[in-house]
Amino acid sequence: MSSYEARFKVWRGDVKGGGLKDFEVEVNDGEVVLDIIHRLQATQAPDLAVRWNCKAGKCGSCSAEINGRPRLMCMTRMSVFTREETITVTPLRAFPVVRDLVTDVGFNYDKAREVPAFVPPAGVGPGEYRMMQEDVDRSQEFRKCIECFLCQDTCHVVRDHEENKPAFAGPRFLMRVAELDMHPLDAAADSGLDRKRTAQDEHGLGYCNITKCCTEVCPEGIKITDNALIPLKERAVDRKYDPLVWLGSKIGRRRT
Amino acid sequence: MATGTEPHLNSGGVRTGTRAAIAAPHLRTDRWWLAPAATAAGLLAFVVYSTWRAFSDAHYYAAPYVSPFYSPCLAERCGTMHAGPNADLFGSWWAISPAIIILIFPLGFRLTCYYYRKAYYRGFWASPPACAVAEPHKKYTGETRFPLILQNIHRYFFYAALLVAGILTYDTVLSFRDEHYNWGHMGLGTLVFLVNITLIWAYTLSCHSCRHIVGGKLKHFSQHPVRYRMWQWVGKLNARHMLLAWASLVSVALADFYVYLVASGAFDDPRFF
Amino acid sequence: MSVVDRQEWDVVVVGAGGAGLRAAIEARERGARTAVICKSLFGKAHTVMAEGGIAAAMGNVNSGDNWQVHFRDTMRGGKFLNQWRMAELHAREAPDRVWELETWGALFDRTKDGRISQRNFGGHEYPRLAHVGDRTGLELIRTLQQKIVSLQQEDMKETGDYESRLKVYQECTVTRILKDGERVSGTFCYERESGRFFVLEAPSVVIATGGIGKSFKVTSNSWEYTGDGHALALLAGAPLLNMEFVQFHPTGMVWPPSVKGILVTESVRGDGGVLRNSDGKRFMFDYIPDVFKEKYAQSEDEGDRWYEDPDHNRRPPELLPRDEVARAINSEVKAGRGSPHGGVFLDVSTRMPAEVIKRRLPSMYHQFKELADVDITAEAMEVGPTCHYVMGGIAVESDTAAARGVPGLFAAGEVAGGMHGSNRLGGNSLSDLLVFGRRAGWHAAEYAAGLTGEGARPPLDETQIDAAAAEALRPFSAEGPEAVPTASADGAPASGAHPPENPYTLHQELQQTMNDLVGIIRREAEMERALEKLAELRVRARRAGVEGHRQFNPGWHLSLDLRNMLLVSECVARAALEREESRGGHTREDHPAMERSWRRINLLCQLTDPTGGLAATDPVAGQIDLVNETTQPIRPDLLALFEKEELVKYLAEEELYE
Repeated sequence: MSSYEARFKVWRGDVKGGGLKDFEVEVNDGEVVLDIIHRLQATQAPDLAVRWNCKAGKCGSCSAEINGRPRLMCMTRMSVFTREETITVTPLRAFPVVRDLVTDVGFNYDKAREVPAFVPPAGVGPGEYRMMQEDVDRSQEFRKCIECFLCQDTCHVVRDHEENKPAFAGPRFLMRVAELDMHPLDAAADSGLDRKRTAQDEHGLGYCNITKCCTEVCPEGIKITDNALIPLKERAVDRKYDPLVWLGSKIGRRRT
Repeated sequence: MATGTEPHLNSGGVRTGTRAAIAAPHLRTDRWWLAPAATAAGLLAFVVYSTWRAFSDAHYYAAPYVSPFYSPCLAERCGTMHAGPNADLFGSWWAISPAIIILIFPLGFRLTCYYYRKAYYRGFWASPPACAVAEPHKKYTGETRFPLILQNIHRYFFYAALLVAGILTYDTVLSFRDEHYNWGHMGLGTLVFLVNITLIWAYTLSCHSCRHIVGGKLKHFSQHPVRYRMWQWVGKLNARHMLLAWASLVSVALADFYVYLVASGAFDDPRFF
Repeated sequence: MSVVDRQEWDVVVVGAGGAGLRAAIEARERGARTAVICKSLFGKAHTVMAEGGIAAAMGNVNSGDNWQVHFRDTMRGGKFLNQWRMAELHAREAPDRVWELETWGALFDRTKDGRISQRNFGGHEYPRLAHVGDRTGLELIRTLQQKIVSLQQEDMKETGDYESRLKVYQECTVTRILKDGERVSGTFCYERESGRFFVLEAPSVVIATGGIGKSFKVTSNSWEYTGDGHALALLAGAPLLNMEFVQFHPTGMVWPPSVKGILVTESVRGDGGVLRNSDGKRFMFDYIPDVFKEKYAQSEDEGDRWYEDPDHNRRPPELLPRDEVARAINSEVKAGRGSPHGGVFLDVSTRMPAEVIKRRLPSMYHQFKELADVDITAEAMEVGPTCHYVMGGIAVESDTAAARGVPGLFAAGEVAGGMHGSNRLGGNSLSDLLVFGRRAGWHAAEYAAGLTGEGARPPLDETQIDAAAAEALRPFSAEGPEAVPTASADGAPASGAHPPENPYTLHQELQQTMNDLVGIIRREAEMERALEKLAELRVRARRAGVEGHRQFNPGWHLSLDLRNMLLVSECVARAALEREESRGGHTREDHPAMERSWRRINLLCQLTDPTGGLAATDPVAGQIDLVNETTQPIRPDLLALFEKEELVKYLAEEELYE
């Protein structure tokens, strides 16, 4: 068991302003960045604001940017840094800051509300649902999402362009659209809701230029781009840009 | 590490409004610029090479090998290729290199490919240069409007790419002849062609559009077991789409270069049998 | 002072875990305007940590399963201390609650014929746990969250406002239940983000705040588990039931420090993992109690054969009930045969090939790889007992989830007591959340709807609001010890030379105390010492002071949570001292046997000062009074589900022949 003093720069402040503050703090074997932030709280900065919860990478609360990269603080081991390195911790930079490491992630909750919910199939009662494992696999991958919003934070569409926020749902909620569109029993189509079309028309799928940062930062390892966003783009193509499909549907051949 | 000395480049980004006041456009300490720089360099090299070869209009046929850049050859000015992939569809009015006619298809396929889009958006457009590194653009509309909305036609280029791959397969079969068109022979070029066509097929079939068409569009895999199997298979290839994109890009250039070397007489194709 | 923002609702739900969200959905669907208030962000509640599954006798995998079998398993697991009516309702209704989740979009793992797959688990006779890999809790919370969003979308269509009938106040804390006489009139709350106070005025309040694990040093629980709901109910005059029963899971991670307490799933042992001490000995063979001698292997060879051939061999003692294994590990460590970081070794690396480990235990492989940098295919894990769940909780009416003695107060989930008796079975907590969350929401809505007409609703009491605000602000004006002794010290100028107490230090001392003195093995003298220490901490906690201001100030939040943890810890310690037997989650070294006479006894904790004014409490005498209560006899048709021979082990003579 060995411990050493590490150099940290932690952003402190609020919406009115702030900056990186220097700290020297003890680090012990096996600790993660969140432990160090907690040590700062307990010893040097009792009012240092940080959001966290399960401390096991399952709730997605402690999202921050460590050395400029969006990460979960509880899943970033100190051993990935050298002892000489100064470790910089800042709040998520795509969202309004509240205080210190805490940001206002309300954008994501607003976007969640804009995605129409699962539509249960008519005439199928509770307990009568029959779904095959291979049919739920795809949506289950997306439901592993812990809503840490790191993908929303890193996505340049809104990170670098605040003005796109109203029009763009972000990777997490485009993935939610994909999840519902791939749900074997979602009956949105029967209720007149075309998720493939609304993905582009209402949730801003076209803003995505598939540069894959969402996939890179996902702590759950969900293949957001390859398995959700691109398939969703292809589904939108089915609806809007594929004359063969259009012709097919005109002739009355129904696709599954 | 980046400092806060750079001027504000973007209007609504990480350094504005209600976001945490940090002047630096990013705080990454790793060599984040390496990947986009290498990508840009690699793509640029290919563009330079292929432009030269496509417009050179020479040294693209050395029996039994035809350069993949010039196959099929569809103008009157094409050289004669015995049983080869040439047909005089365009006639004599086509006055420039016949490669231009056909290259549009593989070029379009790669240009609209989901992997290459990522590569050049990052490498050339810096949109974004790397994850969590601020991009230098004032405005961004992505693929929502002309011209980038045209990326949605990737699927048509995929269909075309299937045809092109078919023809290149045919070329590879023809390469099992000797320079006198006798069957049952093989040279180093044959091997080059075999490797190239394998990679071309693997890249083409690993395409996201292909994955969608064979099965991804289905809601119920359980009702389409064969297509489900195919979707899984394409999915495995698709996971290596980036690798295959680069490998096939290099191999097609190499195949062309090999033909160039043989056709220009700089190198003599070693025959195995 | 009392210019505090207030809003009116029909039902206020405190806590947004499985039980709270299910209650909110039910209340809103029954027409009540409902507010949910939670300390974390919406969708981050501790329910996400649940891995195994939801126990419900759907009979999808084995059609022999039904609610009676589930009821029996639950009662056995709880050593017959369970509130039998709750166990009955739970077993009967769980399948409907799971099926209903599917209609809200949940995607469970499937059987071959497309139904919900169910897995085996400790104490359950048949495969019974509906699951999604090892992230069932996440699926549950997300489904409920999305159902709430869908209800808000409906309200948006009708009223133009997402939050007109159902609103989530996230990152807010409730510090007091407000009352009008006996009845609930609302809650006093603050926003963690701004520190702003506000009052939710409502005739019905549902408490669904989960557990108390953060009073212990080693726990699998998150920071939210500070026993808030338990304390709120106590302060509102409702009793807590059987608080001595705290479940310690035998295998939590012990290293690195950052993840100490995080669970190592039981399936590691089920798949062949063995426990060894520092001498390399499989010590569990020394710890097989006499009552289990016939059912467990006596040699390593026989135990190893069981994995392949369970019909002709007895299972290895690593698979004894959780409490037995936890106690054995505890003894080994105390005897100096522990691992370097104070646990024992749990080894699969020498038992299975690496690829089998990775296939069968993917999440454990990753958990150790990512958090501890330990490759479990190559080396042993270090594990030790960790505080996991509290079986005790707010005493409620079985059918309505109404807290006793306080009209308008309801409780569901881990914070409610009775359902699990002295020990909870794995998988029964998620189903508990759904079954009783729904019942709490239903009856809360009904109660609120019954209060019609002018003046029917309980009004707010301004003095209570002022008192609650003063209480919440105290940490900012904390003074040295001289200023403390009486309640009138509030607001008095500081004269003491001593600096205020650091809330983090107090919290650490509390956790150490509970862990060491009221932990997994309990002794009379230690618990008495714990009570003394708690009294000392209580005095010091009144001096807990913080720097800075009210905006997102974690030190302040902790200072306020300390009151709750201290109250709850005292309940645990007092009840544990009182119950002179060992049963389920309560082990007394000085009273090692289970006593049939104690089966009928419930221990109720109540505030000594029923007005709830903590300031007046004598720090030495404590704040909690204990009441022994004899339970209602189990209904005959439920008793008839068991063999007489089995009942003899649990029930007192007079119960058997009534």
